[in-house]
Amino acid sequence: MPIIATQDLTMRFPGVTALDALSFTVEPGVTGLVGANGAGKSTLIKILLGLLPPTSGGARVLEHDIAADGARIRELVGFMPEYDCLPPDVSATEFVVHLGRVSGLPATAARERAADVLRHVGLYEERYRPMGGYSTGMRQKVKLAQALVHDPRLVFLDEPTNGLDPRGRDEMLALIRRIGAEFGISVLVTSHLLGELERVCDQVVIIDGGRLLSAQSVSAYTEASGRLLVEVEDGREALERLLAEQGASVRPDGRYLVVDLAGEETYDLVRDGVADLGLALVRMEQARHHIEEVFR
Amino acid sequence: MSTAIHDIGYRHYDGPRLGRSHVARSLYLYNLRAVFGLGRGVRAKLIPLALAAFMILPAAGDIAVLSFTKTPEALIDYTMYAIYLQPIIAIFLATQAPVIASRDLRFRTVPLYFSRPVETTDFVLAKFAAFVTALLALMAVPVTLLHLGFLAVRGSMVDAGAPDVPSVADQSVYYLAALAGCLLFALVLSSFALLIATYTPRRGFGVAAVMAVYLISNVVVLIVQGASISNGNYDLAGWAGLFTPFNLVDGVQARLLGGDLGVRSGAAAPAGSGPVFLLACLAVVGVSLLLLMKRFRKAGA
Repeated sequence: MPIIATQDLTMRFPGVTALDALSFTVEPGVTGLVGANGAGKSTLIKILLGLLPPTSGGARVLEHDIAADGARIRELVGFMPEYDCLPPDVSATEFVVHLGRVSGLPATAARERAADVLRHVGLYEERYRPMGGYSTGMRQKVKLAQALVHDPRLVFLDEPTNGLDPRGRDEMLALIRRIGAEFGISVLVTSHLLGELERVCDQVVIIDGGRLLSAQSVSAYTEASGRLLVEVEDGREALERLLAEQGASVRPDGRYLVVDLAGEETYDLVRDGVADLGLALVRMEQARHHIEEVFR
Repeated sequence: MSTAIHDIGYRHYDGPRLGRSHVARSLYLYNLRAVFGLGRGVRAKLIPLALAAFMILPAAGDIAVLSFTKTPEALIDYTMYAIYLQPIIAIFLATQAPVIASRDLRFRTVPLYFSRPVETTDFVLAKFAAFVTALLALMAVPVTLLHLGFLAVRGSMVDAGAPDVPSVADQSVYYLAALAGCLLFALVLSSFALLIATYTPRRGFGVAAVMAVYLISNVVVLIVQGASISNGNYDLAGWAGLFTPFNLVDGVQARLLGGDLGVRSGAAAPAGSGPVFLLACLAVVGVSLLLLMKRFRKAGA
């Protein structure tokens, strides 16, 4: 059962079409929503939260209609905005407890949940200090914690790695992976960097200029491409000549030879060629696609 | 360091999820605490608590004087207490209204609320109710103190043979009327201050804007009143009170709540103008609430 399904979703602002007839479905798990800045990612999240009525088309989130059941959706999801949204003179604990209560948790439960999620995102003693003194990494963690405090079934994370250093980025990506895998909470995470989403997502939706470029599982993007990458020490040209003579379709690509896979016999051909020429074989593997190729 | 703690797995929440009234109550309490700086560090508590102390001081002093002189005239008129101390109330409005009205806008926390099951109406009404409560406490506590002081000293005033000592029943009715006046003050002043603070999200500007509107309206009305009184036009002087927040509410106190006209200057609201002043108060509250809703709805989308 898809957790998000949109149907011809269109959003026009005066002079701009932010979303153009988007239709896609999202299955449970971690889903990346990728697009350049201004591609319509944040607008899409606002619409899915039921906060912004679309110009036309519709969508269902957790099987609730965004137009009719917005309030119900907002009980079941969490939202981490892209921008800074923390008051500086309040501690993380005070803030997250409060937002837990506002999500409907009784006072005691809100305190317990806030302590739990702040620990899970990796905030310890510093959670009692005013948030004005926090680093960007810590602020991102509080923003994530407030999205999780009411134990939602789905969280929308808008550019959670924005502004983080490489270590903070790795931590955040690992956390997102854990939310999906270990916490059992589905995630829709946006980014303008495909590479990082490839690492943590089960599926990726790519939008560009408000249009859907593609929506499929990460494994589909990165499936075998039907080509073989071969790397040998010294003698690449000789091997290329030999393979070509024997009828293989082969071309050089940097340090590698790329050989089109005609079937199992291609592997034998390469093996025998390397052995006949007495070369040292460094690598022979199936070439895989990268998600980036969608944009080429 | 804390890996042992970290390894406790994620626990789902399967307890109760409470509805709209719990959410509204949580918002109200959070805002009420914020007005007095609770949960916001020491510096945030300083101004509101100091102002609250300043409000109580004259009442406490007056009771001391009353018990010493034993003359009923020494008792401060309950309905005039807020008028006499309006500079302190104005400072409270100017410094604390931005806490409620503009922090969520300036730090962009509003979308965190509206992405939860929070209605705009509840969000705004919780803020309004919290600020009204704070202001009401600020004014009603000293007035209550005055009345308790009067009740305690009254016996000895009668024993000392002071003339015209009000009866307990009469003075208690007057006390209740003064409380109603305090509530109306709280409603009108909150609307006016929150609205201005909402449209000036930078805290410094918010403080300055609330102060400016209060002072300028006062000065303009005082000039108009001075001119019309010197021309003998007391009615016009009274009507001018509609255009400054404190006189607006006092018009209702003077004409509908039985406020003592003797202690009011010639610029008291004209006879029969009470309903107009009350309608004007309600209009200020209603229009402010509508504009506040509009402002926050825009900030949440």
